[in-house]
Amino acid sequence: MNNNRNILIIGGGPAGLEAAIQLQKLDYNVIVVEKSDHLGGHLAEWDRLFPDGIEAKEVLDKLLNNLVGVKYFLNTDINSINLLDNCYNAILSNGITILAKAVLIASGFELFKAERKQEFGYGVYNHVISNADLEAYFKNGKDSRVVESPSRIGFVHCVGSRDEKIGNIHCSKVCCVTAVKQACEIKEKFPNAEVFCFYIDLRMFGRGYEDLYLKAQQEYGIRFIRGRVSEVAENIKNELIIKAEDTLSGKPIQVTLDLLVLMSGIACSTGSEKLGEMLSLSKKEDGFFECKDSIYSQQLSNKKGIYYAGTCTGPKTLPDTFHEARSAAMAINMYMNKE
Amino acid sequence: MVNFGFQLNTSSRVNLDKLDKQKYEKLIKAEPDILKCMACGACTATCTAGKFTKTSLRKAILLLQNGDEQGAVDNLKGCMLCGKCTIVCPRSINTRNLINNILKIYSK
Repeated sequence: MNNNRNILIIGGGPAGLEAAIQLQKLDYNVIVVEKSDHLGGHLAEWDRLFPDGIEAKEVLDKLLNNLVGVKYFLNTDINSINLLDNCYNAILSNGITILAKAVLIASGFELFKAERKQEFGYGVYNHVISNADLEAYFKNGKDSRVVESPSRIGFVHCVGSRDEKIGNIHCSKVCCVTAVKQACEIKEKFPNAEVFCFYIDLRMFGRGYEDLYLKAQQEYGIRFIRGRVSEVAENIKNELIIKAEDTLSGKPIQVTLDLLVLMSGIACSTGSEKLGEMLSLSKKEDGFFECKDSIYSQQLSNKKGIYYAGTCTGPKTLPDTFHEARSAAMAINMYMNKE
Repeated sequence: MVNFGFQLNTSSRVNLDKLDKQKYEKLIKAEPDILKCMACGACTATCTAGKFTKTSLRKAILLLQNGDEQGAVDNLKGCMLCGKCTIVCPRSINTRNLINNILKIYSK
């Protein structure tokens, strides 16, 4: 009988924090390792959440308030990790060594770097921003790329998703509804602006999402154009000229915009890649970790004592992430008691 | 005009900058349901007139959104107001009232 009660959680985003809270309640010794300088991951940088517009800060505060007793390290990487006598021995970049019986990987995702899709002009043209930039703008109220009273604003769906050429064949799942949410928010901020969403498919799969889409059409008058933007150019007045096909009428379409928002998708994090190599965890073609069973037990890995939660196993909504974190905590608890 | 042996075609590109939205806003006031269309095409699939003429409510709405007013009116001329599209519309758009108002506002 090994009486090690240490559990190492890699990643201090929503998945890692929620699992930490649950496992701490079960009296385990939980250590969270976060590579950035803050807890909360992308949630900490977001303004409001779909579909109801709840403030991201409200959710983050709930997590942080419940985090009593959990030890965590910020700005810390895992330098090495390997199996030693039924326990995982992790050496952190701050010099600390942790011997943990179970490891939860909650290494999350990285937003697709929009500049990789050069035809959209992110980082080249002044009025092209990403979905994350827009959230930061909603939060802080300033961004020099957003003009004072824009008359036309566009959103491009599926940037870095469903795109074989840049190596992300998957659908990022959350950007459709995020675009609809952000389109409504920007229309609220600039009521005189015309807002266009350029989509390939609108995937309104969750509860309340379809309602939000209907609201965007009915109350906010957002124009949804089925067709992917093919190229963006700038005119002499620094406005953006957008070209796309309106595939429903089969006609090429052109519009001049004052602001273009690119819906960057969910890509694998570099942290996950490193971890996968160190622990030789299997991955799927899309680059995300492969679960032991994709239907019945998504939180299990192919290695004993290693568990997953959140977007390290593919794009996911926040509620899904929290559910997974809780079920991973349950699975870890069973594993700790059995051994 | 001198025949140079070639001709220029006009562009078929829709320019959304040049859209005159005045009539469209009047139409929204008369029948706000137009905003609910998600272009599923059920109306067109069931359209009695559409079997023999180019009638398609889905297309007419799209033509209006892209600024082709005459195209939209021409498109709906074959409509006999039978109301089958109202029955099949999943977003319960009042299609007959919409068609009547399009013809009223946009017919020259």
